[in-house]
Amino acid sequence: MTEVTEHIDEHAPLIEMTGAAIPSLVDSDRMMAEDVTWSLHRGEYWAIGGLHGTGKSDFISTAAGILPPIKGTYRLFGKEMPPGFVQELLPTRLRVGLVFDGGRLLGHLSVAENVALPLQYHTDMPLENLVARVRDLLTAVEMLAVAEQHPASINRNSQQRVGLARALGLKPEVLLLDKPLSGLDPEDARWWLAMLDDLSKGHSIVDGKPITIVATADDLRPWRGHARQFAVLRTKHFRVVTTPSTPEFTEESLMREMVGKDLD
Amino acid sequence: MENGTASETRIETAFFWPARASRSYVNFIGRRLIRFVSSLHALGAFALISLGVLVSKFGAARPVIYPIAVTHLARSGLRLLPMILFLSLALGLVIIGQTVSLLSRVGATQFLGTVMTAVVVRELGPLLTALIVLARAGTANVVDLGTARALGEVEALEVMGIDPIHYLVVPRMIGMALGVFALTVYLMLGALASGYLWAFLQDVPLTPGDYFRQLAASLRWIDFAVLGAKTFMFGISIAIVTCYHGLARMLRLEEVSRATVSAVAQAVIVCVLIDALFIVIYLVA
Repeated sequence: MTEVTEHIDEHAPLIEMTGAAIPSLVDSDRMMAEDVTWSLHRGEYWAIGGLHGTGKSDFISTAAGILPPIKGTYRLFGKEMPPGFVQELLPTRLRVGLVFDGGRLLGHLSVAENVALPLQYHTDMPLENLVARVRDLLTAVEMLAVAEQHPASINRNSQQRVGLARALGLKPEVLLLDKPLSGLDPEDARWWLAMLDDLSKGHSIVDGKPITIVATADDLRPWRGHARQFAVLRTKHFRVVTTPSTPEFTEESLMREMVGKDLD
Repeated sequence: MENGTASETRIETAFFWPARASRSYVNFIGRRLIRFVSSLHALGAFALISLGVLVSKFGAARPVIYPIAVTHLARSGLRLLPMILFLSLALGLVIIGQTVSLLSRVGATQFLGTVMTAVVVRELGPLLTALIVLARAGTANVVDLGTARALGEVEALEVMGIDPIHYLVVPRMIGMALGVFALTVYLMLGALASGYLWAFLQDVPLTPGDYFRQLAASLRWIDFAVLGAKTFMFGISIAIVTCYHGLARMLRLEEVSRATVSAVAQAVIVCVLIDALFIVIYLVA
């Protein structure tokens, strides 16, 4: 992997969208959100809420740089990402990790091979280091026991945890997660929130460096006390709900932001 | 009232029959032609991108790509070997059976070896192998890649900074090119050997020495060069066409069969065109 040698400005936004129109992943002509202006700074921890079909997955895909906006600009570490695969932008792309809803592991590889894939592809790590790294990653997400199994034979939550291990392999600076809490039982949900809190503060699996986190959610309430910045996607608009200067809000106010009215 | 009738008719036709019938034959041909040209355009672009990636990333990420290429070589080579050997026996029988009865009428059975070279080495061998690989491994490509695309694995690769063409298409190109080449060689050897066996069983007065001398005499250097080039091109084209149909767009479950059928049809056309191209080379050389 090419070393990033450029000067890194600590205050420059890591991800920046200006007047961006977010297309749908399924149908690139359909617009899911318009005029999105948002910037992500180092050390932030965002929870972005929205009901079903408001374009959360599309938003996070655009934020990850795999779905270019229809109009407006998108910058990843200050660089525009043209559609397609540009070799020169690879080091920039690898500074972001994305955990898909349900993990989206490659079906023909085992769990351990899935986690090893980006490491093997981008680095020339000796085999014993690779094995050790994969073991550490799977241990961190408590999935070492299923390392030899194929994704189809483990449950959705486990697949998503493996997806997290895979995304953390190359020690990204920004971690994006698409609906990490959807469909989990309370125990698993607690595990994920604790893990993300740790990653946000600095986890040993990524050398203790704090990771900037953006997660989408069907329900913002569980993220109270964890995420530090909140935004909602509703009626094709992206709106920042709270900033560090106004951290006080209640469950009701969060619901009102997401649904657009008070719930009975 | 008029509007009501019109929309009713439309609903009815849309419900019972997808109302795609053109008003005239010219319309029909024109629409087909436009669709053909646009799909050819997209396929051509995909082929150029894939070949570009094959060349520019040759040897890159070897620990990842090499084992996948070996898997595909096994899938479109080794695993088809029994089938190919069976076909080679049958091919030898068919050609010798037909030609012996024909040649013995004109007393020219000493040309058996020459006929075998012309038919098996130059024409039928490579094409038949390509069609077998297309039917057995090419169709699997469309379904596999269609599923991978539908499950979002392509986006997952992109996020990991892995070029999906490099990971999904390049190993298939390598595996199929080598597979078609190797299987053609086996098919030819099998057919030439079984050809002699059948000739022997039909009491043709031809010694093995004579037969193989005839074969050797009728082979030219260009046969080997063309054989290599042709089989590699067949393999790469089959891989490109089938991968294109699997990856080009998000397939719904019910579209997979149609995509597979059009992939097979287009791959057959491409292979026959390549074959025709090589006949021209033979005529010139």
